Parts: sequence; structure tokens; C-alpha cells
Amino acid sequence: MNLEEIKAILILKFGEGVIVGEETTGLQPALLINPDHIADVCLELRDNPKTYFDFLSCLSGVDYGIEAKRFGVVYHLASIPYQTQLTLKVSKENNRDLDDLPSFPTISSVYHSADWHEREAFDMEGIFFEGHPDLRRILMPDDWEGYPLRKDYKNAEFYKGIKID
Amino acid sequence: MNITNSKYEEALERYNKKIAEASAQEMVLNMGPQHPSTHGVLRLELITDGEIVKEVIPHMGYLHRCFEKHAESLTYQQTIPFTDRMDYLASMNNSHIWTMGVERMMGIDKDIPKRVEYIRVLVCELNRIASHLIAIGTYGIDIGAFTPFLWCFRDREHIMGMLEWASGSRMLYNYIWVGGLFYDLPVGFEERCREFVDYFKPKLTELDELLTNNQIFISRTANVGVLPMDVAINYGCSGPMLRGSGLKWDLRRIDGYSVYPELEFDVPIGKGEMGTVGDCWDRYKVRVDEIAQSLKIVEQCLDRLQKELKRTPDFDPRAKMPRKITPKVQDFYIRGEGAKGELGFYFVHSDARSEIPLRVKSRGPSFCNLSVLPAIAKDVMIADLIAIIGSIDFVLGEVDR
Repeated sequence: MNLEEIKAILILKFGEGVIVGEETTGLQPALLINPDHIADVCLELRDNPKTYFDFLSCLSGVDYGIEAKRFGVVYHLASIPYQTQLTLKVSKENNRDLDDLPSFPTISSVYHSADWHEREAFDMEGIFFEGHPDLRRILMPDDWEGYPLRKDYKNAEFYKGIKID
Repeated sequence: MNITNSKYEEALERYNKKIAEASAQEMVLNMGPQHPSTHGVLRLELITDGEIVKEVIPHMGYLHRCFEKHAESLTYQQTIPFTDRMDYLASMNNSHIWTMGVERMMGIDKDIPKRVEYIRVLVCELNRIASHLIAIGTYGIDIGAFTPFLWCFRDREHIMGMLEWASGSRMLYNYIWVGGLFYDLPVGFEERCREFVDYFKPKLTELDELLTNNQIFISRTANVGVLPMDVAINYGCSGPMLRGSGLKWDLRRIDGYSVYPELEFDVPIGKGEMGTVGDCWDRYKVRVDEIAQSLKIVEQCLDRLQKELKRTPDFDPRAKMPRKITPKVQDFYIRGEGAKGELGFYFVHSDARSEIPLRVKSRGPSFCNLSVLPAIAKDVMIADLIAIIGSIDFVLGEVDR
């Protein structure tokens, strides 16, 4: 199953607008997916007998830098029956306002492993996942302010009135 | 910094409300963070009805040391000591997979000398044995058997001693470097390692006899915490957890990285001998069998290191080390079989002149393996929960990173 066949399956099912681009320069080619369709795309790739991407290896939130003003989520899928791997990417522009986080649909209903990974992306990069069942912070304390892995994050000086050295 | 958008606080409020209601109706019990059976600083919030656990809510982050933040502000070579501190029971495996990822990005993975690759596999498998010994030993102590713990630690001490001899450190080695090794193995290492293998084989049989067919151990673990294969896959479990559920999935075989394709070993899986496939006993047994397989790999590595890849006076394990590690602009996901399962690193490198990655995400196997706990620990007894936690064998250093 190569990238072209996967693209053909997705376009047949969801129309031309589902794939907004692809990256083929690196060692691992990636498909750029329209953020609105990502959950449906994952469900289709998981259940289609030709692809069977049943294992979510990794889900990473990415802050592409202060100038780029973009946030993205990268999904690494693996197929256990076919022993193949696939990278999907979604990204959105965002002005870094803490009241308006970049927001993507959750895929935790497709892969349960995405549940904690999405909580981590929310906690660290401040990426919101629509429809997530329990989007609390996971590694930082519940009352932590800011998102530590954002490129514009300033180290906190105090936590609960205690100075952090 | 005042956040006015209440959408981001909704889940927290829901959770607080649930705990408040549960405290009035049932009992909320905190297990950890300072509890020996949680294997580190993990806090489990249990909603219980008498002895029965209705729900488990894990809280982690007590050991969060900003690994990803460090990796995004240091060069690739400087991050290797930090990878050691993720899964600190199997540090070699972490740095092996990290360096493998960087080497592939640099395109130098084919130039690494064979002797270096064999030494890497040798130390990784020794470390895997040490990690599994801890898993088995502490599992025994969770269930109430004290002797296996002492026996495992006694044998692990030999491995620690050998790796200390090679790298200078007992647990956090910083031995595998990008493009090579810190040093060649010390003179006489191969002979001593072979002595250890000969010493350890009968000890492993003894250990096996002590626990595997022990009636008390079987009653505590068989048919407890059954994890069906489809649930395991959907929750992203890997390593002995997934193999315990009966799936032959080992990245050393699937991806065939390093020199694993040249080595002969089996992939043990859970067969449900004492109860159901995927119960705690199966997961325990997979680890015991994996130790035997790792010993086989260690022997084969020693054979080659003593014969065709013999030490030569002019061999320099740092010869292929790049002076500056500046990969091309790309992103790359590397996965490999750590001691606990699929360990992955996702690199985003955005500046060809920079030695520092834009983003590093680490996928800790323990993190995903632990996420299945709320699903399999529903309606079990509190004592069984201890058995389930022990059988998952997570390391909090890797969960929290």
C-alpha cells in the first residue's frame, strides 16, 4: 500500500478537499489533511481492509515557531497486519492568544491511545481538541498557567506564592 | 494572565464535581504517590464501593523533568544523557534508539562499523535483562513473595557491575553516542560476560521454578487483569504487554533495525497457559521467556565479538562520529523496541545550519501502557489492582519524562 493508493482511497471517500498537500522530500512521506476531516480519515484508515492502520504510534503537538504563527498535530499510524507506517499532519494558523487556542477534532474515539497524547498536547502546547472526553492537564498541575512547550513561553517565577529557582 | 474562555476549564470542573459526588456516595481512596506498589510516584485515585474498585483515575507528572524542553534547547549529542533518565532501568535502549534516529536523519546509519553495532546490541540486551529482572522481582514483592526480589537484585548486580565497567556509571550510562560509542569495551569484558551468562542460566531456571508454577502466585495472577488483544492495540500498548495478549509484535523483528536481522531469537507470546490469554500471569511469563531470548542474543553477540569482529588495537569507536550534527530540514519518527515496548522519538528539524531540533516528542511505552489501566481495572478488588499495576511494569521516569 503506497501513498498514492492511500490518497486515492481518501479522495474517493471524502472528496478532493480532504488532502491539502503532501510532503515527500524527507525519509518519511506525510499527508497533510484538512483539519475538519481528521477524525473521519483516521476512522476510515483504521477500518478499511486495504489499509488497517489500527495502531496509533505517536501523536505530537507542534508549535512551528513565533514567526510562523502555526500550530500542528502530527499523527504516526502503524498497521499491524500490513506492517506499514503512515504520517498524517494537520495544522492551523493561530495568533497565540491564550483565550483562543488552536483547536482540532479529537481522534480519541478512534484510537483510545490518543486520549492521553491529546491531553499531553493540550497541557504542553495549548492545543485544544474538540469533543475530547476529559481534556485536563496531564503532566503539569491543574492550576498551572501557560503552556510550557510553546516557543513564546516565559518561565514561571512563582507557583502558589513559592519562588521557583 | 487571566484566561476568560471557560471552555478550557470545563473538563477540570467536571472532574472536580465527579470526585465531590463520589466522596458523598462511595469512597474515594488515594493510592500513592508515596506507595511502594505504585513503583514510583504515581497517584491513583480510586472510587471504591467496599473492596471493589469502580474507577481508577491516574494522576502523573510528579516526576516531570521537562525532557522535551531540554531536547529542544540542547544539541542532539547533549541530549543523550537526558534520554538515559527517561526509562532509567533500561538506559542503553533509550540512547540506542535516540542515536539511531539521529544517524538516520544524518544518513550515516549504514557507515557505523559492525563491531560498534554488535556492542550496542550486546549492552542493550544486557540492560533489557536487568530491566526485566526488576519487573519480575518487584512483581513478586507486590504479590507477597520476597525471595524472588532478592534473587533478581543479586543477579542484576552482575549486569550493573559489567555496564559500570564499560561506561563508568551504574545506571545512567551515556555510553552510546551518535556515530559510535563512548569507548570500546574494556579488555576482558567479553570473557567476563560469558562467565555471567554461564552463571545466570541455571539461576534463571531456579527463578522460573520459584514463581512460575507457584500455586499462590498463579491464584493471584491467572485470570486477573485480562487485556484482550484488540483493546491492547487500540490503547497503544506495546512490548511485553501486547505480546502477553498473544500478538507476535516485536519491533526488533518487524523493523529489523541495527544488527537484529542477523541474530537468531524467538518472540515469546502469552498463550493463556494458566488462565485466559492476556492475564497478568501471561505478561509475567513473557518477560521470563524474553530474558532467555536476550541471553541467546548476548551469546551470539559475544561469539562475533570474540571471533570475526575481534578487538584490534587501532579500532576507534569514535571514528565515524560527525563533528557537527546538522541534519537536513526534515521530520522523522524513529521507533524501536525498548525494554517496556515501542519507544519512539519524533524529531522536527527546521533549520539546516542548526544543531538543535525545533521539536522533539518522545513516545514512552510506559505512558501508553499505563493508559490502559482504567480500562482493565474496572470492578476488580483492590488487591487485584496491585497485581495489575505490577504486571504493566511501567517506569514513572518514562511516563512523566
